[in-house]
Amino acid sequence: MSEELLNLTLHVWRQDGPDDAGRFETHQAKDITTHMSFLEMLDVVNELLIENGKSPIAFDHDCREGICGTCGMVINGVAHGPQKLTTTCQLHMRQFKNGDEIWLEPWRASGFPVLKDLVVDRTAFDRIIQAGGYISIRTGSASEANELPVAKEIADQAMDAAECIGCGACVAACPNASASLFTAAKISHLSLLPQGQAERQDRARKMVAQMDAEGFGGCTNHGECEAACPKGVSLRWIARMNRELVRAMVTADAPIESRKR
Amino acid sequence: MQRALTLHQTTIGKKVAMALSGVILVGFTVGHFLGNLNLYLGQEAMDGYAETLQSLTPVLWGTRLLLLFAFGVHIASAISLWVRNTQARGSRYKKRTDLATDYAARTMYWSGPILLLFVVYHLLHFTILPDHPGEVYRNVVEGFQNPLIAGVYMAANVALGFHIFHGFYSAFQTLGANHPRYNSYRRDAAIAISAAITIGNLSFPISVLAGLVTL
Amino acid sequence: MQLRSNEPTGPIENRWEKHKEANKLVSPANRRKYTVIVVGSGLAGGAAAASLGEMGYNVKCFCYQDSPRRAHSIAAQGGINAAKNYQNDGDSVYRLFYDTVKGGDFRSRESNVFRLAELSVQIIDQAVAQGVPFAREYGGLLGNRSFGGAQVSRTFYARGQTGQQLLLGAYQALSRQIEAGTVEMFSRTEMLDLIVHDGRARGIVTRCMKTGKVSPHIADMVILCTGGYGNVFYLSTNAKGCNCTAAWRTHRHGAAFANPCYTQIHPTCIPQAGTYQSKLTLMSESLRNDGRVWVPRKKEDVTKRPEDIAEEDRYYYLEERYPAFGNLVPRDVASRNALYVTNDGLGVGPEVDGERRGVYLDFGDAIDRLGEQTIQERYGNLFEMYERITNDSPYETPMRIYPATHYTMGGLWVDYNLETTIPGLFAGGEANFSDHGANRLGASALMQGLADGYFVLPFTVGNYLGEVRTLPPLAEDHADVTGAVTAVEERIQKLMNAPDPKHAPEHFHRMLGRIIWTKCGMSRNKEGLEKALRDIPKLRDQFWREVKITGTGEELNQTLERAGRVADFFELGELMCLDALRREESCGGHFREEHEENGEALRDDDNFSYVAAWEWTGTPGEPRLNKEPLTFEYVKPSKRSYK
Repeated sequence: MSEELLNLTLHVWRQDGPDDAGRFETHQAKDITTHMSFLEMLDVVNELLIENGKSPIAFDHDCREGICGTCGMVINGVAHGPQKLTTTCQLHMRQFKNGDEIWLEPWRASGFPVLKDLVVDRTAFDRIIQAGGYISIRTGSASEANELPVAKEIADQAMDAAECIGCGACVAACPNASASLFTAAKISHLSLLPQGQAERQDRARKMVAQMDAEGFGGCTNHGECEAACPKGVSLRWIARMNRELVRAMVTADAPIESRKR
Repeated sequence: MQRALTLHQTTIGKKVAMALSGVILVGFTVGHFLGNLNLYLGQEAMDGYAETLQSLTPVLWGTRLLLLFAFGVHIASAISLWVRNTQARGSRYKKRTDLATDYAARTMYWSGPILLLFVVYHLLHFTILPDHPGEVYRNVVEGFQNPLIAGVYMAANVALGFHIFHGFYSAFQTLGANHPRYNSYRRDAAIAISAAITIGNLSFPISVLAGLVTL
Repeated sequence: MQLRSNEPTGPIENRWEKHKEANKLVSPANRRKYTVIVVGSGLAGGAAAASLGEMGYNVKCFCYQDSPRRAHSIAAQGGINAAKNYQNDGDSVYRLFYDTVKGGDFRSRESNVFRLAELSVQIIDQAVAQGVPFAREYGGLLGNRSFGGAQVSRTFYARGQTGQQLLLGAYQALSRQIEAGTVEMFSRTEMLDLIVHDGRARGIVTRCMKTGKVSPHIADMVILCTGGYGNVFYLSTNAKGCNCTAAWRTHRHGAAFANPCYTQIHPTCIPQAGTYQSKLTLMSESLRNDGRVWVPRKKEDVTKRPEDIAEEDRYYYLEERYPAFGNLVPRDVASRNALYVTNDGLGVGPEVDGERRGVYLDFGDAIDRLGEQTIQERYGNLFEMYERITNDSPYETPMRIYPATHYTMGGLWVDYNLETTIPGLFAGGEANFSDHGANRLGASALMQGLADGYFVLPFTVGNYLGEVRTLPPLAEDHADVTGAVTAVEERIQKLMNAPDPKHAPEHFHRMLGRIIWTKCGMSRNKEGLEKALRDIPKLRDQFWREVKITGTGEELNQTLERAGRVADFFELGELMCLDALRREESCGGHFREEHEENGEALRDDDNFSYVAAWEWTGTPGEPRLNKEPLTFEYVKPSKRSYK
């Protein structure tokens, strides 16, 4: 419970809008206690900026308990900052030392245009899910839940993949800004379950086509995504996605249509 | 009317193409290295081995065409992915800290072109414009007695080692083979094969320079 | 104002069936001619938008988040109840209904609660078919656990992320409809007003949070699934963006607001560490199964390390006061007693605003008895979360906990069809008041959101549209539309141009939260509420005079977004205090200090067995009270006792 006060220098990416070139701005964060969360530290800086008539640093956040996936920034070159398996909102200032310089940048990817400062547009992820990341079940037409047993091990694996919070850290961390981990997690979650079999092949083809259409890069197996993922989503799902896609593309009767951004 | 997508038009398809062509190239590299071990059996063995290969014209040209095709696919896919991946980042990070990637993976875009240049040089040196046509043993030994040439070969083989290490390891992932229970074997296999080829290939110029293999 | 609950009559088991049979329908070919607006994309909103789109309606769905997948339903940890009776332990729809009415301390509508219990079964089928990876047993069938003191195992769960997985199920169903073109999604878009025409809800006015553009959206009806108002307390377990603005704006147009003072305080949250704190984190209540709650017996010990306090100087106040239930007393009792001991100066942890607001939850005995291994298996992830936030390891030193606001049972008044007092305006999920009465049972929030979204609204929407048939077209240049747009624009201008700008909106929000928490929290009295009712209007005036927002309204401006929400919290907070003042009884988690018997809550069924539906009169602080009397035909009111 020991508490210390920190004085920090922040180099923050400021960008007025999607078309602005952007620049770094330096701010001082004074008397920050080590018990503060990283975002509370930014709250303090922002409240002071507002009182001084300046524009506060825009950043995305919502639940502040590491589950909604809204927050995210690159802190000293690492997506979500230095603590493993931790979203930006769950990062605390005790991870830093007095006098530290901290560089804050947005997720940088053509698929995630910057809206303002550290806020990016992640609707590309929504469009990847819209392309096929679901099981088509009409409301009210489901059969009895226990009719179809699912082996515990398979259900657990599906849950592992389904833990993805859609924050985009995988894209931010990947040297190629690839969205493979995100896409693979959903393809794997649904392809593992018996309920997801009917659309399995179509789903893989459409979701990958959308992922490509959004302008994300390809996977070159660096493993940066897995290391940055606050939920520890595994690279093995990318291997599974590759399998799913090859099988679907090779066995399909006709090629599928490409998709638009 | 939107265009229809085939497997190779997806980023995953391109990686699959790279992995499959890579497997062919690694296979050739292993065979090439094993054949070159004839160097240690002396001039007669080496030249005889070369002559046998030359006499099997359909096999020789079949292999050459397959390799050419594999190179073509490997390089074309790599370039296409490289262009795409560079564009995907957009603006660069001011600060960037790597967490998981390794030297071999990071340098694939360097080791690749280096290997291509080396292959061209290697073909010119020993196959297309040899100093003494038909005398493979002599060409090799005379060539490696020049420290500069030996140095080029050694450097290129170190690059080859890194390239194969990441390529071999990564091909499993690309082709869908990733299982927590077997992943450590996958890594061990990649280390073993890349180390064997690199150390083996390095031994040739070193043996010549050290005077262990002479004319 | 006439409050007609429109409940069906007759045997409770048949009411929903009977009601559906009497429903008007819209033929599949005609559905696309109707535009339905759904505000909010959580469990209720996402499920409703997806289901209505699938039926063929033309749906427009709005959320303030950057994606519909991020609504705060995602944060629910524990699970979802359903009367499946998979465990063969005697559960039934009737028992779930009974438990919910009793748990709600006899302040909910029986017909609604029965329907909720009935639909719970279908929700699980639906979610499993969508691919929600619920926990399973080795045989491959669904697993259950007992939750929140229930005597049957009826809770379905997906690790500690049940809310996330159910929300993703609804989000995926919604995504499918977006792809199919039946739902148009507007993310980063905030509803700032309701368009009322001819006495009916006909659309909304929104502000695009990326560009600041204010636009009207006209429709045949509007559904609000905008969540609860827990952030009125400033510190709560809600997401930072959760707000009451959409609901409050409709209240100002005539939608009655029911039971605003019913908020749920969760006993096991991580205490506030400093004045800078922005939100509170909830930890599962299951911790009380093995942890012992205590504070130092002597005031001079509160700053000591807990390890240095001798056993006889530790005050295990729940065990001493409630020998039968001990540390497992219900949420409200546990919360209230934590308040009392800290009021007595026995609280522990850091001093914030001159008070120590924390009590110990000690696992020392449990570790000695069961071993660290077992404790780690049971609570490992919770301990890890606690350590991440506080830097203390619960294996080595007792946890510190304190109650925090978690859920709001109050909300827009709705009838059995989930229609508010404005025709054509419906409310689902936490945004309405309907099913939980004065207290919500654990694992019931997810159930209610999904029941409303998947199964209730799709029917009642059809009934409304089938009844009104065709509404006259409403043009964007009609005065009712332009008037609403202008009002929104003027309000933004007023916020941006305060006469004496000094402080960011958070400054005022923190002060408001402090008033509401101390005066209208888990324990209230007349004097405190009257003081709050004097202080809030003063603070509100100061807010409008001194709020400082930099930048412009025509860009992404998070300060402006917050300011608008805080402004509405002021009016809602005042109504909460008024409601609490008028409710001269202690019910649910709402303890009126004047109404107790030997320290226990004293409900007054003779005088307060009603829903308080407050009507806007045009002036904040002067609403009109309408009462919907509650009758209990099946579950007869009884007294709760845990002594």
